[in-house]
Parts: sequence; C-alpha cells; structure tokens
Amino acid sequence: MTDLLNAIVALSNFVLVPGAAYGAQLALGALGVTLIYGILRFSNFAHGDTMAFGTMATILVTWGLQSIGISFGFLPTALIALPIGIAITGLLLLGTDRVIYRFYRKQKAAPVVLVIVSIGVMFVMNGLVRFIIGVGDINFADGARFVINAREFKEMTGLDEGLAIRSTTLITLVTAAIAVALLFWFLNRTRTGKSMRAFSDNEDLALLSGINPERVVAVTWLIVAALATTAGVLYGLDKSFKAFTYFQLLLPIFAAAIVGGLGNPLGAIAGGFVIAFSEVLVTYAWKKVLEYLLPENLEPSSLVQLLSTDYKFAVSFAILIIVLLFKPTGLFKGQSV
Amino acid sequence: MTARGYLLYAGMALLVVLTGMFQGWNLALTILNMGLISAIMSLGVNLQWGFAGLFNVGVMGFVALGGLAAVLVSQPPVAEGWNAGGLRLLGALALGAAVLVAAVQIWKRKIGGRMRTLVMLALLIGGFFLFRAALDPAVEAIEAINPSLSGYLGGLGLPIIVAWPVGGLLAAGAAWIIGKAALGLRSDYLAIATLGIAEIVIAVLKNEDWLSRGVKNVVGLPRPVPYEVDLQRDAGFVERAANYGLDPVTASTLWVKILYAGLFTVVLVIILWLAQRALASPWGRMMRAIRDNEVAASAMGKNVTARHLQVFILGSAVCGIAGAMMTTLDGQLTPGSYQPLRFTFLVWVMVIVGGSGNNYGAVLGGFLIWWLWVMVEPLGLWTMDLITSGMAADSWLRGHLTDSAAQMRLMTMGVILLAVLRFSPKGLMPER
Repeated sequence: MTDLLNAIVALSNFVLVPGAAYGAQLALGALGVTLIYGILRFSNFAHGDTMAFGTMATILVTWGLQSIGISFGFLPTALIALPIGIAITGLLLLGTDRVIYRFYRKQKAAPVVLVIVSIGVMFVMNGLVRFIIGVGDINFADGARFVINAREFKEMTGLDEGLAIRSTTLITLVTAAIAVALLFWFLNRTRTGKSMRAFSDNEDLALLSGINPERVVAVTWLIVAALATTAGVLYGLDKSFKAFTYFQLLLPIFAAAIVGGLGNPLGAIAGGFVIAFSEVLVTYAWKKVLEYLLPENLEPSSLVQLLSTDYKFAVSFAILIIVLLFKPTGLFKGQSV
Repeated sequence: MTARGYLLYAGMALLVVLTGMFQGWNLALTILNMGLISAIMSLGVNLQWGFAGLFNVGVMGFVALGGLAAVLVSQPPVAEGWNAGGLRLLGALALGAAVLVAAVQIWKRKIGGRMRTLVMLALLIGGFFLFRAALDPAVEAIEAINPSLSGYLGGLGLPIIVAWPVGGLLAAGAAWIIGKAALGLRSDYLAIATLGIAEIVIAVLKNEDWLSRGVKNVVGLPRPVPYEVDLQRDAGFVERAANYGLDPVTASTLWVKILYAGLFTVVLVIILWLAQRALASPWGRMMRAIRDNEVAASAMGKNVTARHLQVFILGSAVCGIAGAMMTTLDGQLTPGSYQPLRFTFLVWVMVIVGGSGNNYGAVLGGFLIWWLWVMVEPLGLWTMDLITSGMAADSWLRGHLTDSAAQMRLMTMGVILLAVLRFSPKGLMPER
C-alpha cells in the first residue's frame, strides 16, 4: 500500500504536476494561435515572439516596480506587472496590424502570403526583444518558491517520496483557469464575442449582418496579446526567460492548436494538455515508479526512459503527424480548407 | 535574363569588389563562398516555392542532413567502433525500419477497422521496445570507445566531394518521408510538419553520438583543396605568390578560398542550368499550372500530389547538397550551430527578395542577403556610434545601444522582407 502511494506521489511530482503546468502554458499559447487562425485565417509564425515580447514588457515593468519597492508579498511581482505588459503588447499588435497586416487584408491576399508576412514580423519582433533585453537567461520570479516542498511533504505524510509543488505551478494553473474562463465568457456571453464567433464561422454572412470587421480584428489582436503575454509570463516564471526558447515553443504550440482542431478554442486547450503530457510521459525516466509497483525480481535495471528529453520535439511532432494522417481536422472539429 | 537582371548582378559584383577593396579580399572571398552556397539553398527553396508553391520551413533540417553526409562519407571508419557493435547497430536500425514498414503494410490492408488498429499499435509498441533493446547495448559499446576523440562509427573514408551528391540523397530520403505524410494536406500543415522535421534532425544530430559525435562535434574533415601550410611549404607556390607581390601566408589563404569558390561555382552553374531547363520544359509549365490553379490542373489529369512530392524531394535534395558543401567549407560539423532563423527563415528572405519563381532572382537573393547578413553587423555598429556620438561617454543608454548593435541583424532582415513583400512582392527579379 505504501509502495503504491509512493509510486503515485513520485508520478505526481515528476509527471502530473509539471505536465499540468506546461499544458496550461501551451494551452494559452495555442488559444492565441487558434484565435488568429479563426478570425484572420492564417498561421501566425510570430506568435512565439509575441509571447517573448509580452514577457519582456512584463519583466521591464516588474523591474520598475521592484526598483520603487513594490512587491506582491508571497506572489511574484510580475503578476502586478502583467496587465501593463498586456497593454504594451496589445499596442504593439494593434500597431503591427495597422502598419502591416491590414494592407494584405484589404487586398484579400492568400493565407500563405500572410504566413510569410508573419515570418517577417517574427524577425522584427525577435530582433526587438534581443535588442532591448539581450539574449541572456533572465530569472524574474520572486515571492515564495514553494507551496509545499518535498521535505515538508515527507514529514507530513511519512512517505519516502516527496511531492514538491512550486508556487509558480499553482499560479500557472490558477491564472490559466481564470484566463480561459474570461475568454469563454467573453466569446459566449458578450455581443462582441458573439460577433467574433460569427465572423469566424462565416465571414460573408457576418459582414452582411452589419458586423464591423476592423473592430472584430482589433478585439482579436487585443485578446491574443493578453493570452500570449499571460502564457509567456507564466512560462517565464516557471522556467526562465530567454528569447530563443520562446521561438522554439512555436512547434509544440502549433502542434497543440492543430491537434485540437485549428480555429476551435476548446480544442486548443485539450491539445495543449495532450501535447504537454505526452512530452513529459515519454521523456520521463520510469525507473522510480516501476520500482515501487513491481515485485523486486522484476525491477528494471535501466532508467526506463522511452526517449531522452532532447527528443521532446519529436513527441509533439509525432502526435501532430498521427492526428494529421487520421483526423486532419483535429480532435475537436476545427476548420479545414 | 533582362537588362535589369544584368544590372543587378553587376551591382552585386560591385558590392563584393568594394568589400574586397575596403575590408580585405579575405573577407570578400569568405562572403563570396558562403554566398555561392546560399544561392544553391535559395535555388532549392525556389524550386519548391517558386515553381510549385510549396511552403517548406524545414530547410535547416535538409541542410543539416547534407552536413551529416559530409561526415559519413569523408571520415575514416573507426574499426574499434565497428567491432564493438557496428553490425548489431545496423541490425537494430534495420529492425526498426522493418517494424515501421510492417505497420504501414498492416494499415494499408482493407480489413476490419478496430482489429487492424490494435494489431498495428501492438506491433509498433512491441517493436519500439525490441528496437531499443537491440540498439542500446550497441550504442553504449560504440560510444564507450575513446569518447574524447572518436566514440562513433566514423564514415567511409571517401573523398569529401562524394558527400555532396550523397547529402542530396539523404535530404531527398527525408523529404520523401515527410512529403508522404504531409503533402496533400493544407499548406500550413506542410509548414508545421517541415518545421518539426528540421528540429528532429537537429535533435538526432545532437544526441546520437554514435552517428556523428553529437555536440562533441566532428572537426578536421578532409578537404577537396590543398591545405594552407602545404602551399606555404611549396617553393613553386611561394615564388608565384611573390610575383604577384603577396606574402606566402596571405596568398595561400586567398588561393584556398579561390579554389573553393571555383568548385562551388561549378556546382551552382550545374544546378542553375538544370533548374532553368526544368523551368522551360513541359514539366516546368505543368508545375506552374499546378501552382496557379490546382483544381484546374487536376481536372486536366495532372496528379497534383505526386508532382508536389516530386518537386519537394528535388528542392530538398538541392538544400542537402548545399548543406554538404557548407560543412565541407567549414571543415567541421557542429550540430549546435544550426539555428532555424539562420538556416530556414534567412533562406526564405533570400528567395522572396530575389524574386520567387525566377532562378536568377533566387541566386541573386542568395548573394545579396548573405552579403547584408555579414555586413549589417559592422554597419549597425557604425550607425550606433553615429547615433550615440552626442551622448556622454559613460551614459547607460550609449553602452546599451552599442552592446545591442550585434542584434540588429534579425531586425534588418525582417524589415527588408516586409518592405519587399509590401512594395515589390515579386522581388528584385520578377518571374516573367
């Protein structure tokens, strides 16, 4: 019995808890991608760098707050800075849309042209972030580090395995839940949200019924700014901020959005967790858990790690390919052309 | 080529010559050599995007496969490694491939739904563990042999020029697999799939030490041209250098670079000629017809997916050749240096700026963007010096701006790409 409990705790500590946090971060990122796809109808390659920009803005505000002596008690200061970071990112995205994307929208350019344009935007944003904050590793999490640390947990329960829950993990889950609840409330209950869904479902019909497309697009960019910045800040709090890692998040985020069904917000959330858990499960060394579960003579001698952690891209990619081959519209019905 | 084209090429040549006059011929030749390689990569992407409208953002992966070919062909085989577990390793790889093929065969059978899925899954999962059980001891044995110097299987010990076509073949093989899975779906999906395969190729190169030493890098690859030291010892060469008024050291470095440039030019001209012939042939017309209207082309009886697969493989192979050439030029394979911004998206900037659909344009774009990529750094530093010249020497902003000048590259490339897309979407040399 104790063995079973130990196994469950070890599994939670190394797989379930980190996987849930990572999944929530991916889900927020994928929501942004999927919204842009639904409303503006292109895959935004600049999304990873939008996340990096939002995080950078938040970090700068955090530093400003810290320098005048404001902190958030046991919570990270970055959470106070987050709304300001979102506002700055929102302004940047509205500006980008005004200067760059609107021209192609008016021309009714093919989606692939918009994708290439977004690559240009990606370069500029990436350069901007590197220019302003540099390429180094930045750790901006302050406040309490752990909700429960492994030692306390062991003393509390008397088990051999400890369960450490970092405060950033809890913050990630709570913030992500609030963000998703707000988003769905907005999309389903408000007039603007309903007009966005109508626009996504059938553009011509939406235009006929008097929906102002420019307004829908502007609101979309603002929501995307909020989602991307939140996702970026949560990821940065959980790990650390580095311009390049955000660019690499593009692949799992896209995989999550496609697996869930591009253009479908519910699917993006599911996709985020599917991708995150598969990455963690496949790259986790199962030796410890199996040692508790199996009788002594069957215990594995190796680490029982299916793939080394560097192959986590391969996991999101493999899932992506499987879904593309067998269910091209994604797990939840997304748009497919 | 049009008059405008000749003018642009002359301008490009002038840029390289001016670089040589003001910053040294060594730098000018370095830029020229990488420019030649970039031009080949850009031709490869132009085949896919310009001819067929395929959106491949996995160029980096194909380039890296070319680099792998350079190691596998040119390095001498490591006999101890082969004895320790070479055959077992090959067997394990064959087993893995057999499992995959069997799974695909099962899937293709038209028999009952759920049973088929279960059998396939069981085969794949069982196969994976069998594969790992066979592979892991072999890998361990091979990597244990003298890990600081070899710890891998080595290559075939052939001349490195052989690696260039082999690199193309490796890239073509990868392209076949990825194309089979992702072509025929939407263009965005192909983009994401290629982005993924590129990351996976790099992950394999970084992790599979038995293959190419992973992040420990393979250095000192053999060369197709003489070494500088040998030239400097050669009395005849020193004498000829003296006739031109050059000291042996400078002359030898320049001569080696010129030889490389000659080799690369030959490859570029061959590929360019082939690409031009293809563009003018009935096949090229068919490709453009498919690009411009897939529905109409398929109604005319053209097999759109098969043609896409064909051109995707061809373009990727060209990128693989360029990758092998680049590794040859560097003399080493360093998996850590492959960055998607540099090897995928920069090549895209080259194609778009040069003129998608026009081979001469793609080549010009390769040279021009590479020249800019190298030049932006000194130019950025110079601009920053100019901007900050009015500020106090110890000002925080001045220090930050000067330090960040190196990051100007990406922004400049982005601005150029956006400007071309907006104001001259057909590029410098538009498709006729």
